Amino acid sequence: MDFTNLIEGLAGFTVDGLTKGSIYALVALGYTLVYGVLRLINFAHSEVFMVGAWTVLGVYTAVGAHSGVGVWLAIGITLLAGLVAALVSAGTALVVERVAYRPLRNKNAPPLIVLITAIGCSLVLVEIFGHALRVFFGAPFGRSAVNIPTVVPTREVFTIGNFNMSNIDLIVILAAVGMMVALDLFVNKSRLGRGVRAVAQDPDTASLMGVNKNNVIMLVFIIGGVAAGLAALLHTMKYDFAKFDMGFLIGIKAFTAAVLGGIGNLRGALVGGLLLGVCEVYSSALISSNWEDVTAFVILVVVLMFRPTGILGESLGKARA
Amino acid sequence: MPEQTIPESTSVQDAPISDSEVLLTVDHVTLRFGGVVALNDVDFEIRTGEILGLIGPNGAGKTTCFNAMTGVYKPTSGSITFDGTQIAGSKPHQITALGIARTFQNIRLFPEMSALENVMVGCDARNKTSVLGALFRMYRIWGLPEEDLPRNPVRRALAKVIGVSRHEVEERRSRRKSWELLRFVGIADRADELSRNLPYGYQRRLEIARALATDPKLLCLDEPAAGFNPAEKEDLMGLIRRIRDRGLTVLLIEHDMRLVMGVTDRIVVLEFGSKIAEGAPAVVARDPKVIAAYLGEPDAA
Repeated sequence: MDFTNLIEGLAGFTVDGLTKGSIYALVALGYTLVYGVLRLINFAHSEVFMVGAWTVLGVYTAVGAHSGVGVWLAIGITLLAGLVAALVSAGTALVVERVAYRPLRNKNAPPLIVLITAIGCSLVLVEIFGHALRVFFGAPFGRSAVNIPTVVPTREVFTIGNFNMSNIDLIVILAAVGMMVALDLFVNKSRLGRGVRAVAQDPDTASLMGVNKNNVIMLVFIIGGVAAGLAALLHTMKYDFAKFDMGFLIGIKAFTAAVLGGIGNLRGALVGGLLLGVCEVYSSALISSNWEDVTAFVILVVVLMFRPTGILGESLGKARA
Repeated sequence: MPEQTIPESTSVQDAPISDSEVLLTVDHVTLRFGGVVALNDVDFEIRTGEILGLIGPNGAGKTTCFNAMTGVYKPTSGSITFDGTQIAGSKPHQITALGIARTFQNIRLFPEMSALENVMVGCDARNKTSVLGALFRMYRIWGLPEEDLPRNPVRRALAKVIGVSRHEVEERRSRRKSWELLRFVGIADRADELSRNLPYGYQRRLEIARALATDPKLLCLDEPAAGFNPAEKEDLMGLIRRIRDRGLTVLLIEHDMRLVMGVTDRIVVLEFGSKIAEGAPAVVARDPKVIAAYLGEPDAA
């Protein structure tokens, strides 16, 4: 245990963890929203994130982005990539819902069938990017990681003591938290948010009170997809690569974050994500980076032992202002 | 039935039915679950502006009949026509949009929403804001009455210049309408409490307010007096009459005979999924088949 290392670099490790956790939290939103409304763990969601990362690469390639562009152009390209990634990810999530889940729902399939289908969808998407697209288009698709050009170069924004806050970390954390706050307001203050909460609390009654259940379900997949697309953009800004199986570990971690915070709870996703990110980075500072995944799941097990419904432990329906 | 308070007025009883008076027609509806026949060739009409009672022993198919009318179940055969539209097999939210609202035998409120929000969900059935409209507050509207503008003087002045988003106007109108309905059913004093924390009687009345918020033409009440004491039942009878006076038609499932006899214009009696009697309360109460259904066959007793 290297406590001096942790203490000396505490600020840096914390920010690193918060950045990591912000991305977990954004991806966790998709799990938590869909679970809140459908009681389904959408295992295909990690691939919605992966598709987002490839989309960012696609946009960068299309506009010929590189690290030398000016500040305003870099901002413009990044915003464009974020927008397109959000749309493509939301589209992917929506297609999975319409093609795979809705037909099963209409036939009243048991939950396990839908769960297996979700895993199947995940594998299909992974293989599309890991194999099928390579067959048709060749590189860069395939099984190796592809480098994504850095459009916004890392700069130090401010310095406290021996700690330098980088612009990337700041952008990632602010974007994630901003998105969370906006979504929280949307769910608690708007008419459609009220519909989402009504369906989460009692789908059949909501339907009898005039709420169009399928519209609410589509809305939830779209929001989850948008969040995953933005998470993918932020991930590429920080880690600059795309890979066919990059969704797997992040998906598992985001799902862990959602369960940790209380699955079905929006604020829980944020709390769980940030907590998980920070703990991972602390543990790799204390022991070694090989231990961060172990730490993540030990925390999950311990928290669930004492609070089986997660830290905030409520459902989406209960999310209140 | 044993002794009943029988209302004097039975004027509706023999009035000829013209098509314009019929709001809902249940036409030879049969509903089977596997081998069980829940509704067997049930056939009745609800006339505009009346209070129709639907009674029968436990398991007679009353709630199943409600469920068929509100889109929960699709009839195996037969048709249900509401206000000129065939509704058997439509989705529940489509039927709500046409103008049928209901309450539930086992209270089914949104437990983690306040009373006011529960009613607002009902109001939303009539609101139009789209996803983009709600997200970006588009569709700005000018020249609204003062009551639809923000209270805050600064925001009010601003709203007169740049307009108010449709989402905001709809929210404010829904809120006002919800308050009005909570007062109408008499529970406005606890509007901001979570519905799961409300007392039982309040929850029952909140369900009625939520159903009314969808602006129905036909209100279906599924045992609204279950668990009420005599004084509460008396209040409920007044409320049901006031609902009719607002221009609604009411279909009432109820076990309490005094309440049913006291408030309904006509009664339909079901037993084992079939209609066994129909008519004015006084007539139905004397019908030997109805008496037998409730008390058992005389020779078996």
